[in-house]
Amino acid sequence: MSAALDSSAPNAPAHDPNEQVMPGKRVRLAVDRPMRLDSGVEIGGFQIAYQTYGTLNADKSNAIFICHALTGDHFVMERHPVTGKPGWWEMLVGPGKPVDTDRYFVICSNVLGGCLGSTGPKDVDPATGQPYGLSFPVVTIGDMVRAQKLLVEHLGIEKLFCVIGGSMGGMQVLQWAVAYPESVFAAVPIATAARHSAQNIAFHEVGRQAIMADPEWRGGNYLLEGTRPEAGLAVARMAAHITYLSETALHRKFGRNLQDRKAITYGFDADFQVESYLRYQGAAFVERFDANSYLYITRAMDYFDLAADAGGTLANAFRPGGKTTPVRFCLASFSSDWLFPTSESRAIVHALNAVAANVSFVEIETDKGHDAFLLDEPEFHQVIHGFLEGCAEHRGLSVRRRAR
Amino acid sequence: MVDIRDDLKLIAEMVEPNSRVLDVGCGDGALLDYLSHTKNVDGRGIELSMDGVRQCVAHGLSVIQGDAETDLKDYPAEAFDYVILGQTLQAMKQPRDVLEMLCRIGRRAIVSVPNFGYWRVRMQLMLTGRMPVTEKLGYQWWETPNIHFCTLRDFVVLTEEMGITIEQTRIIDRAGRVTSHAHSGFANLLGEQGVFLLRRNG
Repeated sequence: MSAALDSSAPNAPAHDPNEQVMPGKRVRLAVDRPMRLDSGVEIGGFQIAYQTYGTLNADKSNAIFICHALTGDHFVMERHPVTGKPGWWEMLVGPGKPVDTDRYFVICSNVLGGCLGSTGPKDVDPATGQPYGLSFPVVTIGDMVRAQKLLVEHLGIEKLFCVIGGSMGGMQVLQWAVAYPESVFAAVPIATAARHSAQNIAFHEVGRQAIMADPEWRGGNYLLEGTRPEAGLAVARMAAHITYLSETALHRKFGRNLQDRKAITYGFDADFQVESYLRYQGAAFVERFDANSYLYITRAMDYFDLAADAGGTLANAFRPGGKTTPVRFCLASFSSDWLFPTSESRAIVHALNAVAANVSFVEIETDKGHDAFLLDEPEFHQVIHGFLEGCAEHRGLSVRRRAR
Repeated sequence: MVDIRDDLKLIAEMVEPNSRVLDVGCGDGALLDYLSHTKNVDGRGIELSMDGVRQCVAHGLSVIQGDAETDLKDYPAEAFDYVILGQTLQAMKQPRDVLEMLCRIGRRAIVSVPNFGYWRVRMQLMLTGRMPVTEKLGYQWWETPNIHFCTLRDFVVLTEEMGITIEQTRIIDRAGRVTSHAHSGFANLLGEQGVFLLRRNG
C-alpha cells in the first residue's frame, strides 16, 4: 500500500543512539493519509517497529499476529537488544512450539506510543524538532490496533489466521476481533478483560503518580532537560510487579527470608529478599523503558471498555451488522490471576454465548498469578496448540511436518 | 473411525448432517469429535470439569468451562439445531428448568436418561431394601451426584406437562441394544435407559 514507506534499514532519529543498533524491521505508516486517533487528533507518517518469524505462504493465509503486553515489545523469540534476555514468549512461539514458526508466519509490532522503535512520546516531533513528551497525543487500544492493521495491510495480508496476546495484548486481540471481524479468522485473548477494572485503573494511577512525583520527570520534559525520572519509574514498576504475581507465588519464592544477612537491621535497607527482588525489578526496568511511554500505555489500558463502545452491551460488540461474529475465539485465564481474574474472561464468554459465537474457554490451574501466561504452563500450551490445530484444519492450512 | 459409547451412537444417529450442535456436559468431547468427523456438524460443548475442557480444547473442539444450570441462559433462542444432554439431567438441581432451556436454545433437544423403573433397579430395592447400585449407576446413596432420578414414564409425563413433543424414542437394555422405539408398553420395565428427540410444541 502506498501510504507506507519501508525502511528495513535503520532509520534512526538523531537523539537516540540505541536505535542505530536496534534489530528488527521498521515501516512508516499513514504517510499519504494521516490516521485519525480516538481522541480526534490525526497522526501521519508514524513509525512502527516490528519483527517477523517464519514464512508467509503463497495465499497469505498463515499469518499470526502477536500483541504484546504493557511493557512488552516485538522481540518475541530472540535475545532482547537492551536486556540480553531471551524473547518474552519463547515458551509459546518458535519452531515446533504451539505457535509454530515452521508453520505460521508470525508478526509482532511495538505498539504505537511505545519506546522500542515505534513512534512514541520520546521521539522527535517533526513540528517542533523536540521530543514530544506530553504533547504526544493520547492513544487508545483502538489506536494501537488501527496502526497494527495498517502494518498488516502493508505486508499484503488481507486476513490474519490468528491474533493472540495476553493482558494488554489480550485487549488488543479483542479489539481486533471487534473492529475487523472479517480480517481475523481466530482470536486468542489470554488473561485479559473487556474493560479495565476500577482496581486496575487505581494501580495504574499509583504508578503514574510515582513517575510524576519524581522531580527528574520535569513535567514530562526530562529528555529535553537531560534528566531521567528513574526513581519514579522504578517505583511504578515495583508496584505493578506485585500485581503480576500471586500471594502464594511470592511466599513460595521469598517467604520472609532475609537478604544476605542473618538478622533484621532495624533500618530501611532491603532486609527482606522480596524487597531486594522488587528493587532489582525496578532498576532493571528503567534501563529499557521510557517513563512517558509508561504513562501513555497505562492510560490506553484504562480507557479500554469494549461494552461502552458497543452501546453498553458487550454482546453487541460481537454482533457486527446484526450478525454473529465469524471469528473463532479461545479464551484462557489463570486461577491465581487477581489482576485479570477468571471472572473477567467468563464475562466475555457469556457475551460471546449470547450471540452464539464459536468460543472455547479454559481456566488454567496455577499459583503463578497473572504472569503465568509468560511462563512454562504445559496445560496452557496444550490448549493453545490444540485450538490452533483445530483452526488450521478449518482454515484449510495443511500440516507441514518439519523435515528432520 | 472413532468409536463411542452405544448410547452416544444412538444420540448421534438422531443428528442431521451439517447441523449446529451444542453438547451440554460433553466430557472429554468424544461425541462432539464423532459428530464433527462423521456428520460434519458445527459442534460446541459445555463441560463442568476443567480436565474435560482442557482435553476437548487441546483436541481442537470448541468447548467452554461452564455449568448447564447457570450458563445456558446466555444463549439466544434456537441458537442450535440440536442441544444434547447425555445422562446428566438426573444430576441437575432444577432438571425441569434445564429441560426448558434445552428446548429453547435448540430447535431440537436430545436427552438421554437412566431409567429408575428398570426391572433390576426395582428388584434391588424390593429384595434387598437398599438403594439400588447398578453397573451404570455405581454410586452409594451418600456419594451420588444423581439427585433427581426418574423413571422413563416420569420423564414422559414431564414432557407432556411442559408441552414438549417426543419425536423419536430409543429404549436400550443393559447391553446397549435398542429394545424399543416407543416409550409405551414394557419400555419402563425393560429399558435401562431412554434416548429422546424432543421438540417444543408450536
